[in-house]
Amino acid sequence: MADLSLSNVRKAFGAFNVLHGIDLKIEDGEFVVFVGPSGCGKSTLLRAIAGLEDISGGDIRIGGEIVNHVPPAERQIAMVFQSYALYPHMDVYTNMAFGLKFAKIPKDEIDRRVRKAASILKLDAVLDRKPGALSGGQRQRVAIGRAIVRQPKVFLFDEPLSNLDAALRVNTRIEIAKLHRELGATMIYVTHDQVEAMTLADKIVVLNAGRIEQVGTPLDLYHAPANLFVAGFIGSPAMNLMEARVIALENGHLKLSVGEQHISLPYSGAPVAPGATVTVGIRPEHWIPGDGPSVKIEGTVDLVEHLGETSIVYLRLADGQMITVRYPGDIFCTAGDRFVADAPAAAVHLFDAAGQAMLGRRSGPAYGILGQEFRAR
Amino acid sequence: MKRLAKTVALTLLKIVVVFYTIFPFYWAIVSSFKSGAALFSVDFFPAIDLTNYRDLLTNGNFLRNILNSAIVAVSVVTLSLIFAITSAYALGKMKFRGRGIVLAGILGASMFPQIVVLSGLFGTIRWLGLYNSLGSLVLSYMIFSLPFTVWVMTSFIRQIPAELEDAARMDGCSTWAMIWQIYFPLLAPALASTGLLAFIASWNEFLFALTFTLSDTVRTVPVGLALISGSSRFELPFGTIMAASVIVTVPLILLVLIFQRRIVSGLTAGAVK
Repeated sequence: MADLSLSNVRKAFGAFNVLHGIDLKIEDGEFVVFVGPSGCGKSTLLRAIAGLEDISGGDIRIGGEIVNHVPPAERQIAMVFQSYALYPHMDVYTNMAFGLKFAKIPKDEIDRRVRKAASILKLDAVLDRKPGALSGGQRQRVAIGRAIVRQPKVFLFDEPLSNLDAALRVNTRIEIAKLHRELGATMIYVTHDQVEAMTLADKIVVLNAGRIEQVGTPLDLYHAPANLFVAGFIGSPAMNLMEARVIALENGHLKLSVGEQHISLPYSGAPVAPGATVTVGIRPEHWIPGDGPSVKIEGTVDLVEHLGETSIVYLRLADGQMITVRYPGDIFCTAGDRFVADAPAAAVHLFDAAGQAMLGRRSGPAYGILGQEFRAR
Repeated sequence: MKRLAKTVALTLLKIVVVFYTIFPFYWAIVSSFKSGAALFSVDFFPAIDLTNYRDLLTNGNFLRNILNSAIVAVSVVTLSLIFAITSAYALGKMKFRGRGIVLAGILGASMFPQIVVLSGLFGTIRWLGLYNSLGSLVLSYMIFSLPFTVWVMTSFIRQIPAELEDAARMDGCSTWAMIWQIYFPLLAPALASTGLLAFIASWNEFLFALTFTLSDTVRTVPVGLALISGSSRFELPFGTIMAASVIVTVPLILLVLIFQRRIVSGLTAGAVK
């Protein structure tokens, strides 16, 4: 077990920069998830930690030791690959034992470790089968088993669930979470699936274009996105982001115009000049009428989707902007109806022209109250 | 009616093709049972007479020639595959400047007709002191077997996903161990097919074998076969030559039958998917 720290880690392929100076600290035993869109550098960062890619600058420390030039097998890490990368010509037992053989571990110790991992992962019955004769879920478990037997300080997972079908994905996700609890090892997990990120992570690292956008707990990122990118990336359906103009700041309230509609928000941040452009963000699931100060936006219903447990209404505002409203349960309206969406002011996010959050929100008490408010209805 | 005509036409076509390809072999076998004047009579089902075979097999040189051919062919195949798999790893999996040029060069080298390199190669072999030895043949055959095997292996090794190599690196596998413990077993079908083709080419090669060897004891079978002579210079011992041809062909047919399925899967695996 060990902590891991990256300082100013850079990676360039030729003249093309993939990672622009990543600083990150991962505590011992933490489950960290890297998320981001395709090509954001999350897999490259993982491979750099693994030692499969040389870094162009900066330092990677595992357990306090710089490992920049340590070969992958000696970094005391193990990796689970997206395609599992099992050796097709070896049976399950040999697949798991292969790395240990190179580490010059005695035969009986190898045997003990492989059998233990197999029993944890319920692979006892298939130890003598080749990967080709296994189901997708079993292959996935063999890949995890191959990592476990190495008894690594850090586990790396590269989108390990993306080749599984939906039902198996949920099961395996739960198993990985359990595994983390049982082994207590540091784990780094790369995915583009938000649900995996939100459910598994102690800490999520949101990457975009080779830079870290925000690091925080899943609820931090959900309730207090630091910038527009994180706001739009975390949450599904995505947060509504509406362009707005500042009209005035008076009595601790910020008056904004969204299209031709005016809204007012409690505001205690840095002063803003009238005429400045800002972005108002409200999550689809937060459009729930409440008693406190609220923000109302009117539009025309474009489309209604009934999902059973929720209904999704797509609204078109007068200036052409679209917003998504998600209501629990059924809602009765049809395309063409006038519709007023209503959200508590506490659920509104505000971003300046550079895309940075202006309200300095923190997850915690304020949102706890908001959550209770929602529950009370 | 139309369908019947189609079936008949197809069947006829099949018969023609089979006859066209099989008949020469059949005629060789038939002729190998005859000797003397009987060779010139048209007789499709002669009595089986093994005199020609007995003559050949009691003649020490012929057996020696077969052994030489086997030594040369097996060495060529083994060396070609060892070099091919290592160079295919470099060409298929490692990134270095000029990789495309190297590949093109290898392909280009295989395009020269044998006769073009013959005189230069002769000089080289004399200089290396390999003249009139089996080594000269191993060396010269590899000039033609290597480009082909390297190309096929390179295209096969490229299809093996990169994550497999990453996984092996994480497991602490050195490059050498990776080539022999991961890639070698995975490339077995391709190795079987390319190895067999290299074997057939070396086994049948005539021009180099004729040029680079002199004495009976280092000749390979195609040359030995061509130089079989009768009791007088006016007699061409067709029966014996045919018997020798049959004996020489049998190992190839057996090899092809044994590896048949692998050859097909090996040669098409790159094409589909």
